[in-house]
Parts: sequence; structure tokens; C-alpha cells
Amino acid sequence: MKTFRYERPTDPAAAIALVAGDSGARYLGGGTNLVDLMKLGVETPELLVDVSRLPFGEVEETGGGGLRIGAAVRNSRLATHMLVRERYPALSQALLSGASAQLRNAATIGGNLLQRTRCLYFQDVSKPCNKRRPGSGCPAREGVHRDLAVLGASEHCIATSTSDLAVALAALDATVHLAGPAGTRSLPLTDLHRLPGDAPERDTVLRHGELITAVELPPPPRSARSAYRKVRDRASYAFALASVAAVLNVRDGAVHEVRLAFGGLAAKPWRANGAEEALQGRPATEDSFAAAVRTELTACRPLRDNGYKVALAERLAVAVLAQLAELD
Amino acid sequence: MTTLESALGASTARLEGRAKVSGTARYAAEYASEGALYAWPVPAGIARGEVTAVHTDAAMADPAVLVVLTHDNAPRLRPVEDRTLALLQSPHVAHRGQYVALAVATSLEAARAAAAAVLVQYKADHHDVVLTEDHPGLYAPEEIDGLWPGTREHGDFGGAYAAAEIRTDAVYTIPPLHNHPMEPHAATAVWDGDALTVYDSNQGSTAVQHTLAQLFGIDAGQVRVVSEHVGGGFGSKGTPRPNVVLAAMAARAVDRPVKLAVPRNHMPAVVGHRAPTIQRIRIGAGSDGRIRALAHEVVTCTSTVGHFVEPAALPSRMMYTAPNSRTSHRVTRLDIPAPSWMRAPGECPGMFALESAIDELADICGLDPVELRIRNDTEVEPDSGLPFSSRHLVECLQEGARRFGWHERDRRPGIRREGRLLIGSGVASSMYPVIIFPSCAAAHADPDGQYRVRVNATDIGTGARTVLAQIAADALAAPLGRVHISIGSSDLPEAPLAGGSSGTASWGWAVHNACAQVRELVERSGGSVPAGGLSASADTTEDIKSGQEYARCAFGAQFAEVQVDTDTGEVRVRRLTGVFAAGRILNPRTARSQFIGAMTMGLSMALMEASTMDPEFGDHAERDFASYHVAACADLPAIEAHWIGEEDPHLNPMGSKGIGEIGIVGTAAAIANAVHHATGVRVRTLPIRPDALLPHFAHFA
Repeated sequence: MKTFRYERPTDPAAAIALVAGDSGARYLGGGTNLVDLMKLGVETPELLVDVSRLPFGEVEETGGGGLRIGAAVRNSRLATHMLVRERYPALSQALLSGASAQLRNAATIGGNLLQRTRCLYFQDVSKPCNKRRPGSGCPAREGVHRDLAVLGASEHCIATSTSDLAVALAALDATVHLAGPAGTRSLPLTDLHRLPGDAPERDTVLRHGELITAVELPPPPRSARSAYRKVRDRASYAFALASVAAVLNVRDGAVHEVRLAFGGLAAKPWRANGAEEALQGRPATEDSFAAAVRTELTACRPLRDNGYKVALAERLAVAVLAQLAELD
Repeated sequence: MTTLESALGASTARLEGRAKVSGTARYAAEYASEGALYAWPVPAGIARGEVTAVHTDAAMADPAVLVVLTHDNAPRLRPVEDRTLALLQSPHVAHRGQYVALAVATSLEAARAAAAAVLVQYKADHHDVVLTEDHPGLYAPEEIDGLWPGTREHGDFGGAYAAAEIRTDAVYTIPPLHNHPMEPHAATAVWDGDALTVYDSNQGSTAVQHTLAQLFGIDAGQVRVVSEHVGGGFGSKGTPRPNVVLAAMAARAVDRPVKLAVPRNHMPAVVGHRAPTIQRIRIGAGSDGRIRALAHEVVTCTSTVGHFVEPAALPSRMMYTAPNSRTSHRVTRLDIPAPSWMRAPGECPGMFALESAIDELADICGLDPVELRIRNDTEVEPDSGLPFSSRHLVECLQEGARRFGWHERDRRPGIRREGRLLIGSGVASSMYPVIIFPSCAAAHADPDGQYRVRVNATDIGTGARTVLAQIAADALAAPLGRVHISIGSSDLPEAPLAGGSSGTASWGWAVHNACAQVRELVERSGGSVPAGGLSASADTTEDIKSGQEYARCAFGAQFAEVQVDTDTGEVRVRRLTGVFAAGRILNPRTARSQFIGAMTMGLSMALMEASTMDPEFGDHAERDFASYHVAACADLPAIEAHWIGEEDPHLNPMGSKGIGEIGIVGTAAAIANAVHHATGVRVRTLPIRPDALLPHFAHFA
């Protein structure tokens, strides 16, 4: 039997030291993804360091009217937190659109951001996968890829990230706080995940031993509204074919402020900077939304069976922006 | 006789309901057995070829591992008809996922790790796994599944079709589908000398008993199969499966009890599935919608190890008047896992095609699809020419239309908008033949007024145990509380499987006969039961030969209302109403559960279920519930099942027809027809997911 050690430190420094000192160590949050991957033989850690008891379980208001969310906060708790529901509806909606109630009760915010792709080849150790076994190949390009990436993929990997939370956080300008053997640092959430390039085995920019301690949200833009919408093959309990998180502030019929992020299209939450720029000051109409989103999506490189995602993402983004602009 | 009235036809709650919801009902892998070991199989990593070497050193290095069985060292099995059970008998690999080794260890985790550590080397041959319309291997079998002619012709289809005023011609395709019962196929095997006891999850333990006896070369009397509770099967447990054979092989090899539960992600390869179908339907009709010519031509595939053929053209032999018809099957053998029964094999996929085509015909004729079906109703089964013992399709259509509010419907497609949604409704017919197999049963009256009834029936979650007790109480004219029923063990009188919606009629007939005899014995002894009790047994082999001068079939109608999001292509069903005519309904509570359960499965088939054959590897890519989607609660609309009273004296003493499968027949067509009514888009390939509809909505942008 493949054995592993399990530690449950109560002190962050001890947790970091444990993982930093062992290349086969992994942090364990709610375990909703890592434990599955261990059963499949995809992950074979020597040591699990359970970080769910570390003092990262609080949701606190920051001085400026933002929110600091501890990495060990459970998805279900954050989704129903009064300040989240009031100020960041997109975040609450994203969390509630993910997984099932039971999984949301177990999953943590930090763990959610670090979940692995659900690409079927990644999860099947009997087949090649560059993300799981670098250099072994990517059968998804020619194989089953209806769910996989149309943006930012490489010849080595077309995996998608499946976190709904990350998409909302990307649109909400979240910052991720990290602690590691070399001290602490902070990153914009949009810099946490990386595109595959020629190193698809690395999902994020985290260094070994680095731990997400908190996610911080700036105050929501004044008078802006936000929403998250996810399209999937069934009404609940499915990963996104495409999803959109948007923050929109319309003044006098023109776009005053907009932030837009896509899920289900790439290996990371896709912040649509191009579309945002194109929309700045433009009339808040479906036509200008569509034109701007199209600009962003010209970078799409669809494969045989996932081309529908391009049209889907465009129409979904237009629908969400129109809803926020109350065009209906 | 008030007890007579109250037992049969009452909404009795499941007798084992409390045990199930409180977790005390034991399933096959849950029987505690002193010193039991755990087995974990190793699936083949190629789609066709030979195993050239199996290296077990790494697996055996763990002291928790007792043995790794391979084709070299596994116990030899005698040949049986089902070649998927010739497990670990040869190095030949017929499909990816076929078992090539089995690790046995003292814990589940050790067995799993050992299986992963087994290194198998192969000589791989080129494989051929994808069904195409023009696959060079296609042939027309004379007979399919040992039951039906592959092709039937009546009149002159070609001439009548060419001469018809109105013609339809379309191809409908359904992907491979998997049964995926909640409880995986599992078994615990215990040998005592040459006597074998297995606790096994199956739909019929008599067949498991006889097959194990054959495989191991022992008398059937030495094999005991216990299947007291079974967590679903949907056809995939209708025959003995690798779980029970491997558990018994391993237990024999190590001389200790062994448990084996097929891992969920192995199930798509080793316990059957519904093969994909490509179905072409051509209808020639008058402008009044009356069908003059009907061709239903099925292309499908099977495996090289099992030869099951999805008999999808069958419903077109039974449904509507068609004086000139052709129904045919062509099949090719591929290097794929063996297809097998999945809920309503034949009728379910066949009726998706036929009932979609009928909707298309109604559309062309400008007729209401309910009316068109009524015009094509028939009193005799078109293929056999036999009169139906009872057929209330028209009444189901009319009652369903009334309940659903069908008649307010505007027939024009694509015109009902609610914001960004399009709304539509659709209808389809349902049907499922009456099947009865011979069965035995025994009944015994005790002096204290209690009755014991014994029959090797299987309750796969349907409520069969409860309904059989009701049938017994009714025949005994005794209160239900005094009837004690035993099912689910091969010690009991021999009985057929829970399959083909045949269980209640087959077992119930035998139970009825045995109980009626006991009641007579009690009456003859003046109403008192002597000290030794009174017993009777029944065997219905002769009884079931009656009624063959009729075609016997249950019918129904299903109505669906859908909404389609024009931004995203998402289809959601708002309402689903089914009305069925299935003889006498013996227990409304369990019957409703059967109907709406099957309709839910039909909804899943319409909108989400799909397995993808991976051409490179030769396996079905979706092998868990995260990727093989079935309806979640949020997908389930207001779903209703109703039935109309149907008295049919040509069935069985209870007057019942099978209700297990009819609910899935027609559902997918009703939903696809509703999608057409909502959007004007005819989707002929299942499932109807966003990518199927999105390209058609460009004009809304």
C-alpha cells in the first residue's frame, strides 16, 4: 500500500517548514480534489500537511471597506456571508454555482484556487498527459476536448481551470496573500495561475512550500453591480462550459467602469483586459458589448469539438453585461 | 372481503424502506466475513492484442498482498456462453479495460495499490473502435439476440414510399450510454470445500447460481447466491458479471473469503452499455397523415466478445399502422467493451427515432402530433397481425393532453418568447411489451395464522418485495402483516431475473398460484391449520403459455415543456407529464416511483447522457459522475406520472403489465420535439446540449 504521513500543525510557520522540507509534501485543505486524485493515483504525496486548522478561518472587513478572506474559510460559509452577498454578489453566485452543498461545506477558499484540471486525460494515469507526466504527450488535442481550452493553450496542454471562485475573484481585482519559506508576498489573483506554455505541469506561480493564507478584495467600485453566470450541461453540479464574471458601472448610458473575466476557456481565469479597454466610455449597448468581447475572443484557437465555446462566451458575456446594465 | 381490496392496489410503503434509509440493509460488499480479503482488478491498457508478460514483483512486495492472479496462475474456468466471463483465461485482449489481472490483499487500499503496481506488457494490434454509417464490417444478422429476425418486410416499402404524397427521411443518432447504477457490481465470495456462497449484486441470482456452477464445474446445489438488496441495475446486472466470478476465483485461489466491488471508473468497460445507434427512418404518408410506408433501418455495433445487438427497430414493428414496412438491423463487431441490456433495450433508442420522425411527419402534414398518432393507431400488431390484448395508446394521449393543457398549444415553432428564453412543448408515445418468464414459488401457512412465502425474486430498488407480499396477501385473503416474504437467495424456489419489466408478472403469478393453493388447503381443513402447517408450491411453466394468441404491450404518452436559452443554448425541462396504460397498477406508490424514475432517466438521455468512444485508446472517456452526467435534482421539473385503469384478462392473475421500463421509452423524443417546438430547430443527435443549439441562434444575436 502507498503510505503517506499526515500532519496537522496549528502554527503556519510549522506547516510551511514541514512542506518546504519535503519535496513530496502537499498542503491539504478540504481534500475535495486532492483526495480524489490520490485515489486515482494522479497525486502520490509522501506527506499531507493539513492546513484547515491554521488561523486562516476568518472573514474580516479591511479598513478601506474591502474584505480579507482567510484561506481556510469554507466555500459555503463565504457564499452566504452577509458582506459578500451585499457587496460582491458575483462572488457569492460563483461559489454557489460550484460543486454540491456537501462539497462546498468541505472545500476551502485556498484549496479551491489550487484545484487541478478535470481534463479526462490528466485524471487517467494509464494515458499520456504533459501536465501529469511532462513530455509524455497530450492526447486531448486529437481526442476528447469538448470541455477544454480555447484561449491561452499550447501544443503541450489544453487543460482548463475549473474554479468558479477564481473567475469571480479575477473580476473583483482580488489579491492573494502568500506565506512561504522565504517570507510573505502578495500577488494579483490574475497572476496566480499560469498558462501552460512548455511547462503545463505548473498550474500556478507558487513555489514549493508557499501557502495561500488569505484572499483580499478591494472595496467594490461605487454604484457598480456584479454578477457571475455559468453555462453547463446540467442545471447543477457540473463544471462550466463557459462562465462570466462581470462588474459594471454605467453612467449616463456609457460604460464608466467595467471588469470582465471568463471561466472555462483557459488554464486560468481569463481577465478580459482587451474588452474592458475597448468598452471604456462606450455606450452601454449590446452592440458595443458584443464588439468589445469579440475583440478579446479573437485570440481563441478552438479545436475540432470546442469551437462552440467562442460563440458561447461572447453571447454569455453580452447577456451578463446587458443584465447588469438593465438593458432587458 | 376487505383484505382482498386493501392488499393489492394499496400504496404500501416498501417493506425494507426503513432498513435502507437507516443503513441496516446489507448490500453485497457489506457482508462481514471472518478474515475477508479485498480484490482489485487490473484493466487492460490496450484495445486489442496479447498480454506478453505480467510483472507482479512490485505488487507482491507489500506483505499485505496475498496473490496477483493472471491468465498464468488463475483457476481454470469451464467455458460458458457469455465469453466476457472467461476471465484471466487467456492472454488475448479484446477491448481496453478488459481485466488482465487481479490483486488480492488484506485491505482495499493495499489491493488498489497492488493493482496499480502490476506491470503488464502487451503486443498491441491495430484496433477498430468507431461506428460509422458505412463501416466496412457491417452485416445484417438473420436473428438478433436469439429472439427476433434482424430484418422484416411487409408489402412493398419502396413502391409505397415512392408513391406517397408526403415523405420524411432523416437519420437519428444516439451515443453510447452507460447504466451506472448507484451500487457498483460487487460480490463477497466464500468457499467451504466445494460449496460456494456468494453475496452478489445482480438482477437475478438463479442465473448467477447456474453460471457459477458451470464455470467452476460444481453442482448448482453447491452454489448459494444471496442478493437480498440490490442498489439498481438498469439491465447491467441482468447477467452474471466479472465481480462475482473474480471474487469466487480469488477466494478459491487463496482459500479465504474475498470481496470485490467494481471501481466506478472500470464499470463502463466491464458491465455492459447501450451501444450507439445510427437510425434512418423514412415515412411515406397521405396528406391526412396516415402512414402508408415505414422504414426503420438501424446501424449499430457490438463487440468481439459478446454479440448483443441493440434491437432498436423493434418498436416500428408494433407501434403504428404501416401496410408497407421494412425494419432492419446492421451491425459491426468492433474492439469495444461488450454492449448489453440497458433499460428498455431496443424500445428506448428506437422510440427516440420513431417518435421524432412522427413529429416531423405531423409538422409536414400540418397536423397536431397527438391527432396524427391517433389516426395511425391500430388494433392489431402490424408485424405479427395478432390483435392486441389491450391497447389504450389513444386514451393515454388524450388524458395526457388534457392534464398537460396541450390543446391550448399553438403548433407553430419558435414563436413563444419569455425574455431571452424560447418555450415549447412536445409529445411522444411510450410502449413496452409484456414479457413473462416461468417462475416457481412456495407458500406455507403456520398454525398461528402467519404465512411464509418464498420466491427467488430480486428487488433492485423497484419495490418488488413489497408488491409480491401484496399479491400473496391478496391470494391468501390475509392481512399483509401476516405475510412474511423471502426473496433474493438461490435457496428459494427458482425464479427469473428482474429484467424486461417481467419481474412482478412472472414472480407474482407463481406467488399467486402457491398462495391460492394454500388458501384452498386452509379452507379445506376447515379454516384451521394443523401443527405442521400447510404448504404448496407453484411452477408457472405451463400457465404462461396461455394468451399467446394476443400481442401484449403496455402503452403510454409523455408530454414535455422546455425552455431554451437563446444566449447559451441551455435546455431545461419545465414540466414532464406521463400517462400510462399498463394493466392493473398493483401499488401506486412504488409504481409512480418506477414511472418518474424512468422518465428522469429519459430526460437525462435527452439532454446530458453521453459516452465518447476515444478512437486513440478504445475506451469510453467519461468514467465518473463528474463527466458522465445524469440529471441532478435541479434538472428535474414538475414531473408527473398518471395511469388509466386498464383491465386486460389476457395477462396474468393480477392483470398487470410491466412498468419498469416503459417510463424511459419516448421521453427523449418528447423533449426533442419540445425543443423543436420552442426553437424551430430539429435536433436528431442526442444529447441536446448547448453546442447542439448555439449555432442555430446566430440570428438572435
